Amino acid sequence: MRRNESLKNHQGAGLKSLERRLFLRRGLSLGALALLSGCELTDDEGVQQVLWAMSRWNDRVQGWLFDPKRLAPEFPESMITDPFPFNAYYDEDEVREVDGADYRLELAGLVREKKPWRLPELYALPQVSQITRHICIEGWSAIGKWSGVRFSEFLQRIGADLSAKYVGFKCADDYSTSIDMATALHPQTLLAFRFADQILPAKYGFPMKLRMPTKLGFKNPKHIRAIFVTNQYPGGYWEDQGYNWFSGS
Amino acid sequence: MDDTRRSAPAQWVRVHPLLVRITHWVNVLAVLIMMTSGWRIYNASPLFDFRFPTEITLGGWLAGAIQWHFAAMWLFALNGLVYVAYGIASGHFRRKLLPITLPAIVRDVRDALRGRLAHDDLSIYNAAQRAAYLALIVALTVLVASGLAIWKPVQFYWLAWLMGDYEGARLVHFLAMAAVAGIVLVHVAMVVLVPRTFPTIFTGRLRRAP
Repeated sequence: MRRNESLKNHQGAGLKSLERRLFLRRGLSLGALALLSGCELTDDEGVQQVLWAMSRWNDRVQGWLFDPKRLAPEFPESMITDPFPFNAYYDEDEVREVDGADYRLELAGLVREKKPWRLPELYALPQVSQITRHICIEGWSAIGKWSGVRFSEFLQRIGADLSAKYVGFKCADDYSTSIDMATALHPQTLLAFRFADQILPAKYGFPMKLRMPTKLGFKNPKHIRAIFVTNQYPGGYWEDQGYNWFSGS
Repeated sequence: MDDTRRSAPAQWVRVHPLLVRITHWVNVLAVLIMMTSGWRIYNASPLFDFRFPTEITLGGWLAGAIQWHFAAMWLFALNGLVYVAYGIASGHFRRKLLPITLPAIVRDVRDALRGRLAHDDLSIYNAAQRAAYLALIVALTVLVASGLAIWKPVQFYWLAWLMGDYEGARLVHFLAMAAVAGIVLVHVAMVVLVPRTFPTIFTGRLRRAP
């Protein structure tokens, strides 16, 4: 902020004495300098408002671009990334251990059947598999195999309001996120219980992860303990800090 | 735009049309934001064995850099569309960038390296300039295409396929960025070497030598 003021004073004083050409030249190099001190510029409140507004606009554009029938590419087993990278907002030695015997999946919001689900009941649902690319917002990508129930099928079974806007997730590791209903109903969106044909290990999100090859990695919640359907924008752990909410592929 | 020529026919030469001057400077701003925020995004997961110094990156952290990148992309793309539409419709591209032949490029680049390139009439681009400006337009177009493939590898699956899937698109995006950076460096160096070209990108005109 202080930088901006001094920048303005500088230009004000210089305007009278300098030729227009010189002024432009100086103004441009000052502009470039201000840009290069990106942290301060990004922290400016007005700049923040514009950047957040553009991110909301990009949510809308991505919603329009999203084709509910367009499938993400699937790969042969030979292309699976091994070892598959671990990623979370904490280190691998802090992975939360969830007790499968006590586990109950809780349901809330615009859902008809709110009865909690135990793991054996979930495992008994029709299962499908996919080998897809997980793309991290950091840029790297990795191919893995996930199996579970189609999320659209699960939402229908619990009598979710499929015309609602959002599905939100609360996780055992205090993570949270939310997605648009169109992506929730996409045929490749799985409530996944297995990774590489094994029950999900803790580091990949035991007991379940929502796997969406049409969204960036951080939108795929692990250790899910509660699912809710709502029309109020729920945000999420990273989304509330500035990561783009839709983050679709 | 042509009235400068009418009011002072013998003294002034029109070098750059107004629309080219405006889109040039909007592009400078947009590319500066795209590049410095892009470097920050690159640093989160480097393709090669180096990172960009954080002092010359924009955004403060990954989320901030992504916000800048995906806000400025609209400025960059819309400005580019206006420029390209104007360039084609007005005949600006045809007049200023064509014809272009390989022998002429080789000759002018050689002359430039020897410091013997003639700049008698700044309203006419020499072959080295034409090649550089065309290459810049191509590189920026490839940046947009590979950027769209990285952003939407599922929705724009055909673009991703063209670029060699998601990981291929990342590489293409980086290489196109490097090409743009290289062309810009040469461009700025040439302006420093022939400083009387500099005011023309603001005023659009040049006083003819007596």
